Amino acid sequence: MKEVLIAERPKSMYKVSTHYCPGCTHGIAHRLIAEVIDELGIQDRAVGVAPVGCSVLIYNYIDLDWYEAAHGRAPAVATACKRARPDLAVFTYQGDGDLASIGMAEIVHAANRGERISVIFINNAIYGMTGGQMAPTTLLSQRTSTTPYGRDPKASGYPIRVAEMLSTLAAPGYIARVSVVKPKYVIKAKEAIKKAFLTQIEDKGFSLVEILSTCPTNWGMSPVAATNWVEEQMIPVFPLKEFKVPE
Amino acid sequence: MGERVLMKGNEALAEAAIQAGCRYFFGYPITPQNEIPEYMSRRLPEVGGVYLQSESEVATINMLFGAAGAGVRVMTSSSSPGISLMSEGISYIAGAELPCVIMNVMRAGPGLGGILPGQADYFQATRGGGHGDYRLLILTPGTLQEAIDLVMKAFDLADLYRNPVMVLVDGFMGQMMEAVEFKVPEKLELPDKKEWAVGYRKERGRRAIVKTLSLEPDPLEEHNRRLQEKYRRIEKNEVRHESYMMDDDVELVMVAYGTTSRIVRSSLKALRAEGIKAGMVRPITAWPFPYEPFKKLPPSVKSVLAVEMSCGQMVEDIKLGVAERFPVHFYGRCGGNAPSVEEVVRAAKEILGC
Ligand SMILES: Cc1ncc(C[n+]2csc(CCOP(=O)(O)OP(=O)(O)O)c2C)c(N)n1
Ligand code: SF4
Repeated sequence: MKEVLIAERPKSMYKVSTHYCPGCTHGIAHRLIAEVIDELGIQDRAVGVAPVGCSVLIYNYIDLDWYEAAHGRAPAVATACKRARPDLAVFTYQGDGDLASIGMAEIVHAANRGERISVIFINNAIYGMTGGQMAPTTLLSQRTSTTPYGRDPKASGYPIRVAEMLSTLAAPGYIARVSVVKPKYVIKAKEAIKKAFLTQIEDKGFSLVEILSTCPTNWGMSPVAATNWVEEQMIPVFPLKEFKVPE
Repeated sequence: MGERVLMKGNEALAEAAIQAGCRYFFGYPITPQNEIPEYMSRRLPEVGGVYLQSESEVATINMLFGAAGAGVRVMTSSSSPGISLMSEGISYIAGAELPCVIMNVMRAGPGLGGILPGQADYFQATRGGGHGDYRLLILTPGTLQEAIDLVMKAFDLADLYRNPVMVLVDGFMGQMMEAVEFKVPEKLELPDKKEWAVGYRKERGRRAIVKTLSLEPDPLEEHNRRLQEKYRRIEKNEVRHESYMMDDDVELVMVAYGTTSRIVRSSLKALRAEGIKAGMVRPITAWPFPYEPFKKLPPSVKSVLAVEMSCGQMVEDIKLGVAERFPVHFYGRCGGNAPSVEEVVRAAKEILGC
């Protein structure tokens, strides 16, 4: 039988193994970004802003110009980079602790100003890097190392729905929530990431893609169970949807 | 350029930045420096620049990180509590070796304090404020003319050393009016930012990463050592001060910077009129601090007197310079009060026992 090439490593991705835990979907999200950058042909003018969190080393995997920002401040860094150099395609990659907790002000105001940046927001409902503490997106009753009895809304509030919240603002151009836990979701996730970059390139405002992701290590689950948990527990709370699309 | 104009301090500081080629300003309102962002919001669009009022000082300083990392001349201005909020970002900017200019128009503290002038951020400016082993170049002009010249110099120094530079003035200087002149600064040979800034991948042929993270101890130690070498270079080349009435037989050496140096200047005239041999050493850089003039004080000196609008923060540096050869005294007012000429004269006479 003739060999047919159906997939290869994206040009803008280094040939190295990542430091992520088995079953972590950070790597899938990385790959989708690299594929989109390749397809849009913007490797030379794309600039990423890495967060604080498990993906702090993303610049070791994707071959672009990068900043490594302070915890939560990536949208401020990206804002100024884009204002200084409107010819660049500037994006941030942020976890839920980074974006929805310490960096909540920065993301809301960057979105509200309609900054021409794209945000890839990894929602794994927990703080991965620091060892599994509660995140703003942690589900009710979910056990984490700082909600050992399960998240109680009276003590810790409710999971924050970032995509919905930012969709109430007038300035954002594109806001969507996707997942990467099964192939059907992955295909949609890539489409959303591409739309986010196109929104920026076509000067249609701020864009954000929230990606429901796994953290099998800190959830205390096997990779397969974690995948199912996203489908069964997270998606009902965080529905997959395009909340805003450019006119 | 070239003609003398009457200008308010804060506006003169802002215009000097524009004349120095600053085209990006990010800031957040706080008294007593609001005329700087207001002036920038009006002027920058005229010269093709960008003014952005951010959501907080925390965001502001990280915007400086972003703009400086993209290789443009960028500035912010704030006042004491705002600078505290910026400390996180200042540490990152120093760690990533990005050039930018930060103006601190100091008010009185601690905490919310008051909106009146102060000089109590000396420790914060010269000893860090943020975390880690880093230094800022701290310029402390004494007149508005010097402020303008130093703001222009600040951008060059930032670029030359790839280091944040702070212009440290007090609220009086921001609010006073003086005749000033915008002189074309000398052209310096400055390093090419395209070598390390983001957005030049094609020209450079390789990528750039603007970062401070270094998880391995040895490379981080190496980075810190390199930073320290740079700071030693700055200490060697950039330390500035003014000696005033420092005759060979001077008996009392007064030390002050910024507005208090002007009060001391007037006090010196009064003291000299009474035949009292007093002079002044005025630091123009607070870091690196001018230790040399204190090491070289003549044996005629009986005492050193620091005058500040704080509770005596600069005294520690003066003591380092004097190295216990002479007693170091302090006279200061704080809370938004300034020492009067009469008070300083009285303090000087008391120290000399006359
Ligand atoms: C100012 C500051 N506070 C706290 C930390 C510690 N810290 C590192 S990663 C992290 C949480 C990251 O969680 P998340 O953004 O959800 O990303 P994940 O690791 O789950 O991918 C925290 C709190 C820090 N680096 N800086
Ligand atoms: S700790 Fe969680 S988020 Fe971090 S790499 Fe492991 S699985 Fe992924």
